[in-house]
Amino acid sequence: MIKKLAFTILGFWLIAVLAGRLFQLNPNQIDLNAILSLPDNAYLLGADDLGRSILARLLRGVEVSFLVAIVVTIVTMLLGVVIGLIAGFYGGKVDQALMQVTDIFLAFPGILLAIAFAAVLGPGLANLMIALCITGWVSYARLTRGQTLSLRNRQHVQAAESLGASVPRLIIKHILPLLASILVVEATYSLASVMIAEASLSFLGLGIQAPSASWGAMLRDGVRYMLVAPHYVLVVGLSLMSLILAITLGGDYLRDKLDVRTEKNDGQKHSKYSVIKQKVKGKACH
Amino acid sequence: MVIFGVLLLTFLLIHLVPGDPVEVMLGESASMADREVLRADLGLNQSIVFQFGNYLTKLAHADFGQSIHTKTPIIELLKTRYPATLKLALVALFIGLSIGLPLGIYAALKAGQWQDLVVTLVSVRLSAMPAFWLGPMLMLIFAVWLGWLPVSGMESNTSIVLPALTLGLGLSAILTRMTRTSLLEVLNDDYIRTARAKGITESNVIIRHALRAALLPIITIVGLQMGSLLAGTVITETIFSWDGIGRLLVESIEKRDYPVTQACVLLVALSYVLVNLLTDILYRLADPRVKFAH
Repeated sequence: MIKKLAFTILGFWLIAVLAGRLFQLNPNQIDLNAILSLPDNAYLLGADDLGRSILARLLRGVEVSFLVAIVVTIVTMLLGVVIGLIAGFYGGKVDQALMQVTDIFLAFPGILLAIAFAAVLGPGLANLMIALCITGWVSYARLTRGQTLSLRNRQHVQAAESLGASVPRLIIKHILPLLASILVVEATYSLASVMIAEASLSFLGLGIQAPSASWGAMLRDGVRYMLVAPHYVLVVGLSLMSLILAITLGGDYLRDKLDVRTEKNDGQKHSKYSVIKQKVKGKACH
Repeated sequence: MVIFGVLLLTFLLIHLVPGDPVEVMLGESASMADREVLRADLGLNQSIVFQFGNYLTKLAHADFGQSIHTKTPIIELLKTRYPATLKLALVALFIGLSIGLPLGIYAALKAGQWQDLVVTLVSVRLSAMPAFWLGPMLMLIFAVWLGWLPVSGMESNTSIVLPALTLGLGLSAILTRMTRTSLLEVLNDDYIRTARAKGITESNVIIRHALRAALLPIITIVGLQMGSLLAGTVITETIFSWDGIGRLLVESIEKRDYPVTQACVLLVALSYVLVNLLTDILYRLADPRVKFAH
């Protein structure tokens, strides 16, 4: 049921984007007669403050949003996993130093650090991605480091080591495969959180710049014209909700499928101690 | 150590400005003399270690420098803006607690029944929704369609309701889940059965015996969430034109007033570290076991 809902919504958006490309909807076509017009035959979801089709902009926006989310997720994952592996595998001073750095990054709540970096780097798509990458690797590093620390002492790793396996071989053949499923689950959630972060920054005017379409910027414009054209903010809001819902539902499904640590349907089960652990992990959500 | 790192990172922020920060701040048309004055003002003509030392010394005297645009000392700006954010965060916390705790208890008592399912489902999904979605939606419903509350600003007494709701509802969703889980866990303990066997009324069992133990993880969550709450104010204040530190941050970014940006980021981050510290202390006070363990 969860799976079906999640995949239906994602499939819907995929088909919509493809259809938009196929019919060559132009997100930047300005029609001065249609400014803030209600949904009608010409503009299925109405038009925005410059008379551009909201539908076309939504579809282009979701493309950009996914692009940012996928690129940032891959880069932060690679960065975080490498750092986490080094810290967890070598331990000692290296580990301490790296974890100090992650502590400092975690001391900035939520999206604040990304806002700060985006602010000094200046607005724009590339800078936005850089800002999100600089701040996004920490959770992967923490996760990988913790898992590697315990995997390092597993018998199969020690056996391989005593047989003379090299460090890269130990890591690639004996540790990484056991990390894969956890990382996939983490990546799905981070896909959603990167999308939210991108939209937040664009909402604040720090992300993707006009005339490029972005859901965050559209939502901001929607708020601005809420009194005259409430349909604008409503359409963008509902689209955003459906997408975030689909991705987090998909994440839950994947976690139940892949993550061996949690029991099935254990989504809300946390012991007192897991809360403390969570705190140590320091995963502040938005 | 963490505080030192936070200071270092916020200090370095201004040096991350691509190219020459002075040029970015003044624009290309500025005269050489103006540039030199600003450079000296910001201390950018000295070595970086010296600059950092200088920065720390000034901070120790509560001197955040002055705004490039208005030339007012930043500390004055912070003094007027920070209380507004604090007020907003506290009201949001109150809303979060007053919705989250009762709902969580209700869900735990009805565990496995449809009421529990509805509460859990709504709270799980609500907690995934970002502030910049919830804010406009609440604004649309309560301010535009129903007309009950002011759209934005902070003139009337009811202005705080919508921004605080935006922040508080997300928090309440998380609290509902946590309260439900931790209460359910406690309800199965032996001492609860003992209390029931002694004939204590059910409401007394819940409030006096179960809830006291169940509150511990909730303290941690509240502490952690205060951080996201502080960060969430940046967006929420922007949506509702609430003149707090978050809006100051966004305004300073738009005006490229980097010293103000720096000060805002530092203040929010330090507040977060402080809240975390307070949570740890509170946790030790509330749970005697933690004290013994150390």
